[in-house]
Parts: sequence; structure tokens; C-alpha cells
Amino acid sequence: MRLRLGLLLLGLLAAGGLAAPLVSVWMGLDPFAPDLFNRFAPASATNPLGTDDLGRDVLLRLLEGARVSLAVGVATALAATLLGTGIGLLAAWRGGVLDAVLMRLADGMLALPALPVLVVLAAVDTGRIGLPRGEAASDIFRIVAILSVFGWVGVARLARAAALSVLARDYVRAARALGATEARVLLRHVLPNIAGPIAIAAALTVAGAILAESTLSFLGLGIAPPAASWGNMLANAQDLVFSAPWVAVWPGLAILLAVAGCTLVADGLRR
Amino acid sequence: MIRLLAGRLVQIAVTLALLSLAMFLLIGLMPGDPIDLALAGDPRLTAEDAARMRALHGLDQPLMTRYLAWAGSLLAGEAGYSRLFAQPVAQIIGPALLSTLVLLGAAVAVSALLGLALGALAAMRPRFAPFADAIAILGQSAPSFWLGILLIIVFAVTLGWLPAGGAAEMGGVEALRFLVLPVATLAMANLAAYARHSAAELSNVLHAPWITAARARGAGEMRILLHHAAPNAAVPVLQVAALDAGSLVGGALITETLFARPGMGKLIYDAVMGNDTNLALVALLLVALVTMLATLAADMAQRALDPRLA
Repeated sequence: MRLRLGLLLLGLLAAGGLAAPLVSVWMGLDPFAPDLFNRFAPASATNPLGTDDLGRDVLLRLLEGARVSLAVGVATALAATLLGTGIGLLAAWRGGVLDAVLMRLADGMLALPALPVLVVLAAVDTGRIGLPRGEAASDIFRIVAILSVFGWVGVARLARAAALSVLARDYVRAARALGATEARVLLRHVLPNIAGPIAIAAALTVAGAILAESTLSFLGLGIAPPAASWGNMLANAQDLVFSAPWVAVWPGLAILLAVAGCTLVADGLRR
Repeated sequence: MIRLLAGRLVQIAVTLALLSLAMFLLIGLMPGDPIDLALAGDPRLTAEDAARMRALHGLDQPLMTRYLAWAGSLLAGEAGYSRLFAQPVAQIIGPALLSTLVLLGAAVAVSALLGLALGALAAMRPRFAPFADAIAILGQSAPSFWLGILLIIVFAVTLGWLPAGGAAEMGGVEALRFLVLPVATLAMANLAAYARHSAAELSNVLHAPWITAARARGAGEMRILLHHAAPNAAVPVLQVAALDAGSLVGGALITETLFARPGMGKLIYDAVMGNDTNLALVALLLVALVTMLATLAADMAQRALDPRLA
């Protein structure tokens, strides 16, 4: 039930994001082109959700934002899950000093207030290390990179705990007795058996990444305009509370639905 | 207990050292050093002037040397100057920290009380459980800056009851009015965790044999909840408080920026945006230290309450 509801929510948002260019052609509007004669237009037949402070259609920008926000969420979860699973497996398998060091590192990162650290991290200029500046693609890459720095921790702890219990099972000993290499033990016997907890952690990482990206974009440190993200659509909404309060409603609702979708999927997987 | 405490304190110190090193090196990659900013401010400065000033302030040294010098003086109690405010960092941080602690204290109190009430309702009356669950999921999923904007639209713009941002010059009732919306924003975001955990914990505890025994002796539902169940559910709730310290501080950064409240979160944000490296780093380290100490305190309180953990 929860799993289905969550998947339905995410599916709808993803379909909306994928359809964005088609909807744009169909409506005959450009989500990026300012139209200063049509600022703050309330909802109408041509602009179903009205227009923003530059006269751009809010619905189209919401759909464009879905592409960016979901891409950041999924890419972060992918990177964090790969990294976290690798680190968790390594810690559980090697044990000893390496395990202790990695887990103390994870503890330390969990104890830190993530957002203030992310804010400082997000202000680091990637242009200095040779990445192109100010393009949506490089913004996405930068955000995914800094979110993965924190994202791996939760996955690694879960993966390590699950892997430890699996490694102590009889079938692992049997596989080793039959002469399986360590790589085969880890990939064939341990990994499939810890996939459940990892999937839950991944779903929660998507939720966390979408929230973090929107927060950073809201603060002006994430995806830079004119590219649309749900967070940066809200960035100037605060200045518009008197003139166009409706601009503030939709992007937040989209974030809410996406994050709730991921949480529901995680809850559903847990049962 | 003492050994455990000492171990945790060492861990906090190591975390802070690594964090400061990583951040210092990364910020070294950021565009513009203070001399570039001085150049932008005074076009008559020549390249020789810039080189002389870099040498004077040690900015021509390698990053690692600069880090060691900076960290050494910070440990000696010298936090340096803020470029943005043209004041010693230590003077700026005191009032900001106080303001943030007031905000956080109020938000924790409100969210813990409401969260526990919601959790208790869900545990005692299973009919309400899906409702409480839905509120918890929504509260956890809604971005807090959006909740804040909605609160501003409703209570500041439409109804005009409360100020949309800022902070009162004086204390007293007027200061409380400025506190309502930020505290509500922060509390709504954190209420969910308390509600979910206390509901789960209470419904476990309520099925324990000693609750049945208390009921058999004729204790009323309220007495069972407050006297028998709540103390046992307090430990996991304290655990939530410990786990949530970091996200709470993150929430403070958002609410302070949104409501233009002077505090540590807004200070870090302004310092980052204003290229005030030193202020950003010192404020970040202080916030991290306070967060980790709060987590440690909650952990220790948990151990003090539950002899099985000590």
C-alpha cells in the first residue's frame, strides 16, 4: 500500500519531468524566456498556475524543476549507495583497525550539523579546479558531489551491520570451505543478502538529497537560475509574498510530494 | 562512565580538527583572497602593493602553513577579525550564539511537547494512528523554508498578526512576537521525529506485562500513560533529541536566514556569501562543537536515566 502510493507519486513526478519539453511545445511557451509584460499573471487558461516575477509559466518551470530535482536525488542516491555499500562491505569484511577508523569517521560525520557544513562546501568554487562555471549540468554535478560526501554515511552503517550478520552465517563458511574466493563470497553471497537494507537506505537518501538540494538552491547556493529547480523557484518567492503569494505554493508542494513519495517507498520496503 | 566521556570528548576534538582542516583547505580554493577584495575597493593599489600586503598578512605562504598558524591562534583563544562586520569575531559570535540557543530551546520544547502528545494519542487510540502517521510523514517531508514562507503568507501578510521577520531591539513581549513564527517553523519540521518515535515506543511499552498489571490493579488510563509508560518511553525520545541535534541546527540556519534573525546560522550564511572566510570557519566550528556537546549531553542523560545502558 505505502510502497505503491510512494511509487505512484514518484512516477507521476518523473513522468511530468520527462514530458516537460513536450508540454512546453504543446503550450507554445518557453519556461526560460522572460515575458515582462506578463509578470505575476494569476492562473488562467494559458498559464494554468500563473506566471512568476519574470513572466515565465509556473507550471512549465515546475516540470523543468522536476527533471533537475529528481535527477539530483537519484544521482546522489546512486553515488552515495555505491560508495556507502563499498565502504560498509569493506569495513565488515576487513574488520580491525580499518573498520574502527571508517566507523569513527562515519560517527564523526553523523554528529556534525550537515546543513552549515554543506553551505560552506557549496560556496567552494569548482571553477578553480577546472570545471565549467554557471551551467546547469556543472551545478548538478557539484551538488551531487557535495551531497554524496554526507550521503554515504547512512548507507555504509546499514550495509556494514547487515554484512556483519551475513558474514557470520553458515552458508558463507560453506562457500569459503568450497574454495570460493573472497570476492565471490562478497559479491555472490553477501551482497544479495544485504540488498534489502541498502534499498531502504537508498530510498531515504533520495529523499534527503531532494530536500538538501532544494534548501541549497533556496539559499542561492545550489542550482543557479535560469535553470529551474524547485528550490530556486522558491528563492525569490519570499520577496513576493505580498505581490504574488501563489508563486510560493507549488514548488514547495512538489518537494513535499517527492520527499513523501521516497519516505513511503522506504516505509513500504521496511515492512 | 568517566572513560566513556573522555573517549567521546577526544572524538569530538578529532572531528573538529579534521573538519577545520578540510574546510580551511577547501576555502583556500575559493575565489578571491582578502587582498583581491582590497584591490577591488581601491583602484589605486598597484601589483607591488598587493604583493607587499600578501607578504605582510602571510597570504603568500603555503596553505598548510597558514592552516597551522590559524588553528594555533584559534586554540590560544584568538579568533581574529571579521571582514564583513569589521569587528573581532569573538564579539560578533557571543550575541549570535545566545539568539540561536533561545530559538533552538523554544523549538525543542514546543516540538517535543506536541510530538509526544501526538505520539501518545496514536499509541493510546489506534484509530488515530494513521492520522498521526500522516502528519508525521508530511512534517518530515515538507521543506522547512517552504513552511516558513507559508506561515509568513498566512500570519504576517494576510492576517497581519505577527512580524514577517527581524528581531526586536528590546526584550520582553515584543521580542516574543518575533519569536513565534521562527519557532513554529522549526518546531513543525522536528515534531515529526518525536511523534513517530514516541508512538512506536509507547505502543511497545503499552503491551508490556507491567502495564497489564497496573491496569488489573485498577489504574486509570491517564495514570498508566504518565506514570507507567511515559518514563520508559523517555529514553528513546532522548535518543531522538540526540540524533536530531544536527538537523535542528541546520533548521536554525534556514529559519534565521528566512526570518532575518541575527543568529549563528544566518551568521554562517552571511559570512559565506560575503567571502568572510575567517568568520565562516570559526562560526561553523563553534556550531559543530555545540551540536556535538548537545548530542553528548543527551547521550549521557539517557545513560543516567536507564541503568541498563550505563
